[in-house]
Amino acid sequence: MIRDPKDLQRYTAPERANHWVVGMSFILLALSGLTLFHPLYWPLTNLFGGGTWTRILHPFLGVLMALSFIALFVRFKALNVMTQTDWAWVNRVKEMVEGDDHNMPEQGKYNGGQKLLFWALAVCMLLLLVSGVMLWRAYFNLPVGMVRFGAVIHAASAAFMIGLITVHVYAAIWVKGTIRAMWYGTVTRAWAKQHHRSWYRQMTGK
Amino acid sequence: MALQSLDIARRSATTTPSPSVRQATEVAKLIDVSTCIGCKACQAACLEWNDLRDEVGSNVGVYDNPADLTENSWTVMRFAEVEEAGKLEWLIRKDGCMHCADPGCVKACPAPGAIIQYANGIVDFHEENCIGCGYCITGCPFNVPRLSKKDGKAYKCTLCSDRVAVGQAPACIKSCPTGALQFGSKEQMKDYAAQRIADLKERGYKDAGLYDPPGVGGTHVMYVLHHADRPQLYSGLPADPAISPLVHLWKGVTKPLATAVMAVVGFAGLFHYVTKGPNEVSKETEKEVEKEDAA
Repeated sequence: MIRDPKDLQRYTAPERANHWVVGMSFILLALSGLTLFHPLYWPLTNLFGGGTWTRILHPFLGVLMALSFIALFVRFKALNVMTQTDWAWVNRVKEMVEGDDHNMPEQGKYNGGQKLLFWALAVCMLLLLVSGVMLWRAYFNLPVGMVRFGAVIHAASAAFMIGLITVHVYAAIWVKGTIRAMWYGTVTRAWAKQHHRSWYRQMTGK
Repeated sequence: MALQSLDIARRSATTTPSPSVRQATEVAKLIDVSTCIGCKACQAACLEWNDLRDEVGSNVGVYDNPADLTENSWTVMRFAEVEEAGKLEWLIRKDGCMHCADPGCVKACPAPGAIIQYANGIVDFHEENCIGCGYCITGCPFNVPRLSKKDGKAYKCTLCSDRVAVGQAPACIKSCPTGALQFGSKEQMKDYAAQRIADLKERGYKDAGLYDPPGVGGTHVMYVLHHADRPQLYSGLPADPAISPLVHLWKGVTKPLATAVMAVVGFAGLFHYVTKGPNEVSKETEKEVEKEDAA
């Protein structure tokens, strides 16, 4: 399925599969978790076979997301170290949001925003995992003070993470030619040159 | 247990009013600790009326049996040995759901209709709607609900809502041989307690008083205590119980706030797209790359 042999490989098949395991478990977790958070979302329990099934499945999906995210974290952490150029990019993100990216600093495989998102997600994942265990009454029976604290942390970090993922998904929709990188692994050279110029140079030697 | 009812004061995870046209008098159970002899007839009556059997446990060296509330034992006698003014006092407290006016379990419960508070003050679990998350335990200031290992549902004292609904007193009241358990309207029970407290004061218990904690809006199970200034003496009865501020934060302001934040982020994306347009690769860059590739 090679559309253009000149396209650049951005993600390998195992990287994409790993990303989608995290992504699918996140979507299922958000839908099931929201039902337990506010009555507004209660009808979503029907997607999981009712309230009791939602309560049973949610924590197991959480374990799946935690494990698959750890794998993703190990794969990508070295690529997400913030550099000075990244901070310069972040400081000028307003221009980017306004739709004028011509003067943005040259970016490597990931820009400063993507990198910050990566670390913010890692922190949320950790908070959700630890606080989630505290709430998992089917297998853990922890002191009630800890459970109450865990409940607040779990709800707050989950809502924050849903916000982060919304930004992540929107960025992929907004920047045309991006989503294909996560579907079948490649991007066009022009895309790479415009959005990740120093990665483009590194990949093409130009 | 569900009874068709037109007098629902509160329903868990429900944002609109429940059927509530019917008026009801607030009821209360009064437990006079000073006249309780610890016979556990109330425990037996509770198992019998509700048709429950707990596992036969083992003696742990004290009179408490079973040692704690369970999904089958909705009330237990707790025996505390306390030294007061050089004398041993045996403080026996019948523990169980307090039927708070402001119940932490209802606040925390995510399942619509799994917990109902009736206008008469009874807080009742409707297990058929319970999903078994245990949030009621997290919300309860008295550590009362218990999750069943058999079916994963939460159980606790119903204040015999089925009996009270047809004008009967709870089973435990019927069984008490000393009159330590009384049941009636909350006002009547307060009046009765006042007499008991006056009597106790006369007999030298100067700190005798009624336990009807205002932190949870008062309760529909009240105690007459000889040492009302120190409820903790009675096997850790909380001095000033209230729904934890963390539970308020979790099930209060966080819910609408987080929902609003998520909605704002979503709509911000939509409106950004339709006002700024997509971020496409420019024609200029495309031409540059074509030229580079051709070279």
